[in-house]
Amino acid sequence: MSGLLDWFDARFPLRKVAHEHALSYYSPKNFNAWYYFGSLAILVLFMQIVTGIFLTMHYKPDSQLAFASVEYIMRDVPWGWLIRYLHSTGASLMFVIIYLHMFRSLMYGSFHRPRELLWIIGSIIFVALMAEAFMGYLLPWGNMSYWGAQVIISLFTAIPYVGDALAQWIRGDFVIGDATLNRFFAFHVVLVPMLLLLLVFLHMVALHKVGSNNPEGIEIKLHRDENGIPLDGIPFHPYYTVKDLVGVVLFTFVYLGIVFFVPDMGGWFLEPDNFQVANTFHTPPDIKPLWYFTPFYSILRAVTYPLFGVAAKFWGVLSMGMSIGMIFLLPWLDRSPVRSILYKSPIFTWALGIFVVTFIMLGYLGGKNPSHTDLLFFTNVVWSQIGYFLYFGFFLLMPVYSKLGIVKTVGTRVQSK
Amino acid sequence: MVEVNFRRRRFLTRLTAGVGAVGAGFAVVPFVSSMLPSARALAAGSPTTVDFSKLESGQMITVGWRGKPIWIVYRTKEMLDRLWKIHDFLLDPESSRTSQQPDYAKNEYRSRGKRYSVLVGICTHLGCVPLSKFTPGVNSGVQSDWPGGYYCPCHGSKYDLAGRVFKNVPAPSNLLVPPHYFVNETTVIIGLNSKEEVAG
Repeated sequence: MSGLLDWFDARFPLRKVAHEHALSYYSPKNFNAWYYFGSLAILVLFMQIVTGIFLTMHYKPDSQLAFASVEYIMRDVPWGWLIRYLHSTGASLMFVIIYLHMFRSLMYGSFHRPRELLWIIGSIIFVALMAEAFMGYLLPWGNMSYWGAQVIISLFTAIPYVGDALAQWIRGDFVIGDATLNRFFAFHVVLVPMLLLLLVFLHMVALHKVGSNNPEGIEIKLHRDENGIPLDGIPFHPYYTVKDLVGVVLFTFVYLGIVFFVPDMGGWFLEPDNFQVANTFHTPPDIKPLWYFTPFYSILRAVTYPLFGVAAKFWGVLSMGMSIGMIFLLPWLDRSPVRSILYKSPIFTWALGIFVVTFIMLGYLGGKNPSHTDLLFFTNVVWSQIGYFLYFGFFLLMPVYSKLGIVKTVGTRVQSK
Repeated sequence: MVEVNFRRRRFLTRLTAGVGAVGAGFAVVPFVSSMLPSARALAAGSPTTVDFSKLESGQMITVGWRGKPIWIVYRTKEMLDRLWKIHDFLLDPESSRTSQQPDYAKNEYRSRGKRYSVLVGICTHLGCVPLSKFTPGVNSGVQSDWPGGYYCPCHGSKYDLAGRVFKNVPAPSNLLVPPHYFVNETTVIIGLNSKEEVAG
């Protein structure tokens, strides 16, 4: 056995990589349950690729055939329903995982120096995931698929001068059609997955360069024993591989529970309007994106006034783009001397709490009719305008409020067991 | 020992990289262009003839042109009278934005003649199909002083019965009037401005 490994090691850095990235890769000893979501994201990415490959064996990327081919997968292909529900549920759960993964970083300040680039690569992954999900959602060619894509591609028409030509170039036609479906299929199954794999690789490389943050935000690399091993570190394998397996088991219960018992999640994971084939003359009564886009969609719809002689549409699109752009800027917006919420002043805790409530509210409103009143007192559009200011306030006021208040003194060693 | 001229080497390196970048730029053109509407998609945009003899007063029909819904609306006198009372609520009551209609529809009715309105039924905000809400007032389900018109369910944009957009809604401009002309009392051609114009 060791002879075989020696043969490999002479030709490929097998043992070196295993040591650098697992056996002798020291992670902080105080990871809690919030640290499950990185490995779970990789698990779901793997599931999406595997189920996706098997779906492409039966799916037809043709506007005349697509809808029927999905029904064929559901009814006639052996186990086709399972593979498709694993894929559709996996898409939603990927966003659950990614949002929790990002929230973890917000709580523990994981984007602070020296992890800015790690955070930015992660933010790019988030944008790539949104592109992947958006294009995948057109493929079943249901009525919500069609009109969702129509609305999002029309966002580009808001760009002055070149907008209309750009939207036509993206669609390959005057409206969403066969050309659009075909190219979205190419992007969804080839281009974006390859980009995602590359980005995830870069994310891991950057992570292993700077090392993981931890709930206390203490830099474990600063305190090493005589052999240079961090005093508060433990080898990733076997400690965290085993721990992550517990997360995998718990997650699989949730994942398969949804797949087997509520694959449409009451209209949240698979929308009722999408069980009808795309109808170019009939917009669904309440057009809405899937739940993971609704917070940003609310921000788009919140802007209803033209400004400086430019139409509200442009400002809405710009706001939505900026709301995603804010995420990238986080490492430079947080001026707090400490990383973790455990040491930050209560002002930050309150701001983060308000942000979470705002984000969930915007997400809820994004799935509702703007002129109705589903919350207290005001119509949905007014609440989304309030949410708009709270969302941007959280980011843009951060340089000010993150410096306020009294922070606790951060020790040199991890306190928790 | 040959003496290395680093200035010359740097210049040649940059020149090579620059020429390579230009070449790469040219190589991208066919790939980017392949995503433009194909010849078949362009051909499908040819004009369409519509017989609307069965269209009754106060009703509308929807036909397809370039894959888009085209509305042909037969407006009653009451409908037309209400157009005059709402100018203050409209963003562009005079149809001053020339890109949104051919010259012959640049009037308060946004149509050839008064009776028939021909519109592209796609919201100028983000491309949804607005709903026709012809009933005025509170029964429309839009607003209590609703004059009758179109309401977009996606983001709440509102248009009057001439396709003119209201103020303070997300849509930035009036509904598009497609090129069209009437061959006789009950036939319209969508996609051409006049009999003489050649389909292109």
